[in-house]
Amino acid sequence: MNIKLNMPDISTRPADKCVTKLKAEGVNLYYGSFQALRNITLDIPSCSITAIIGPSGCGKSSLLRLFNRMNDLIHGARLEGNVELDGTPIYSPKIDVAELRKRVGMVFQKPNPFPMSVFENVAYGPKRHGIKSRGELEEIVEKSLRHAALWDEVKDKLGQSGLALSGGQQQRLCIARVLAVEPEVILMDEPCSALDPVATLKIEDLMRSLSEDYTIIIVTHNMQQAARVSDTAAFMMMEPDRAGVLVEYGPTAQLFTNPKDKRTEDYITGRFG
Amino acid sequence: MLQQNVAPTAAEVSNRGLKRRLRLGERFIEGWIFLAGLLAIVVLLGIIFILLKEGLPIFTHTPPWEFLFGTKWYPVSDPPTFGIAPFFVSTLMITLISTVVAVPIGVACAAYLSEVAPPKVNDIVKPIIEILAGIPSVMMGFIGLALLSPFVQSLFHLNTGLCGLTAAIMLSLMSLPIIVSVSEDAMHAVPREFKEASYALGATKWETIWHVCIPSALSGIAAAVMLGVGRAIGETMTVLMVAGGALAVPASPTDPMTTMTSAIASGIGNAVRGGLQYQALFAVGLILFILTLAVNIIAERVLERQKRKFAR
Repeated sequence: MNIKLNMPDISTRPADKCVTKLKAEGVNLYYGSFQALRNITLDIPSCSITAIIGPSGCGKSSLLRLFNRMNDLIHGARLEGNVELDGTPIYSPKIDVAELRKRVGMVFQKPNPFPMSVFENVAYGPKRHGIKSRGELEEIVEKSLRHAALWDEVKDKLGQSGLALSGGQQQRLCIARVLAVEPEVILMDEPCSALDPVATLKIEDLMRSLSEDYTIIIVTHNMQQAARVSDTAAFMMMEPDRAGVLVEYGPTAQLFTNPKDKRTEDYITGRFG
Repeated sequence: MLQQNVAPTAAEVSNRGLKRRLRLGERFIEGWIFLAGLLAIVVLLGIIFILLKEGLPIFTHTPPWEFLFGTKWYPVSDPPTFGIAPFFVSTLMITLISTVVAVPIGVACAAYLSEVAPPKVNDIVKPIIEILAGIPSVMMGFIGLALLSPFVQSLFHLNTGLCGLTAAIMLSLMSLPIIVSVSEDAMHAVPREFKEASYALGATKWETIWHVCIPSALSGIAAAVMLGVGRAIGETMTVLMVAGGALAVPASPTDPMTTMTSAIASGIGNAVRGGLQYQALFAVGLILFILTLAVNIIAERVLERQKRKFAR
């Protein structure tokens, strides 16, 4: 193993906080006739960062989008199996999808602020969930921007378009926008792939500090990043004609230093993928 | 330094010839495109020139003020009076009502097609809307006469169902296809990322349409509305058939009306070429032209402001 590990010490976390937050059991996902996920079973612990790694097209994003039902938006998507949030099946017909997505926020690969002001971007979620008073919104916006380590950079330009910020700032704005609805889980789909190294480091620091309060799942192409920030890691792979196989899942330190599966070892040592 | 004259090789010569030919072809095409562009301007200037030439002389008979605000249109009385207020008010009233009816329905329909409808429904509904756009206006006039006007008559207890409201409803149906298809395109072009971000924040479909899709597509929707307004102002045949043709200034939408377009269409056949009525009708055309120009300029301004707001 030649990957330098700088593992966070998760033993200091209060033990009672680390319960199973999200759970997938025997999940198969199909887009039309294409099977994107194959018999996925995993438990995501709360208040930690879980990384999903693997080569392009292996189903990482599909797995991530399972947890806030974003796959629903894709026409022809069909799911088998069970996904639970805090023990409640989220694909049950009784579930209010909007409410679920409020609890399970998402940051996308490409920074995608709305074509509105910085303030309106952050206030968008809270407004949709019924907060009308300007004072309350101002409070939430400031808190979220501070939490996303963006406040000092944008406090004088809250009225400016969110699209006028730099890429890294836009991504932190998107994180602030998610934080503003006070989710429990934050899904991040390659949040740094469009950013430069400095902005990437800022986002990673942010993720570490957010992991105190939030359950974070991150899809990443960058194995160093997975090793740097995550507590647990899942390795997915695509075999010929078979995408969406979960090969190995466990504590990041173990997955990177002592993988159980030969394929994981091959991938993280750069022998393929 | 010694200048060396090296004779060009045969290949170089033929290459040069090719380049020259390409350059000529390029010039030729450029010229054509320039002429095509010029043609549009020439035609526009020609229209303005004809309208001014044929229409302006009426103002020596009737001052512009009286022409615009006069309420009596008696072209064959002695002496004739030319006041176009009845037409002007009718056109404004009918256009306004048809826009008010068509825009919410059109935008809602576009939102449904772009954001809600499953592809199968789309495949059926879109061609139907396009067929609606292709129905000749005379047919729409028939429909208005046969179906809508009795309904309007009984609904409002009128003496006749041929009135401004009937015309406005028919016009709204006629401008619907263009409003739907242009604003559907605009909403469809809203980046997926915006919609996904909205859904991921826990917004419902309706909230996403209302707060993200429509605002982001606003410039396209505004263009669609303006096209619809343009269609309503300019439509002649349907209005001629169902608006009732009264020459008084309408007091209510349920009064029979004559719009500027139908006044021209119905009057020009009886007018002596170069006569006063002929000139007056051309002047009506001139005012119609100015009106549509104003609509276009306002639309342009709105779009410009909208663009700046988003580009900030």
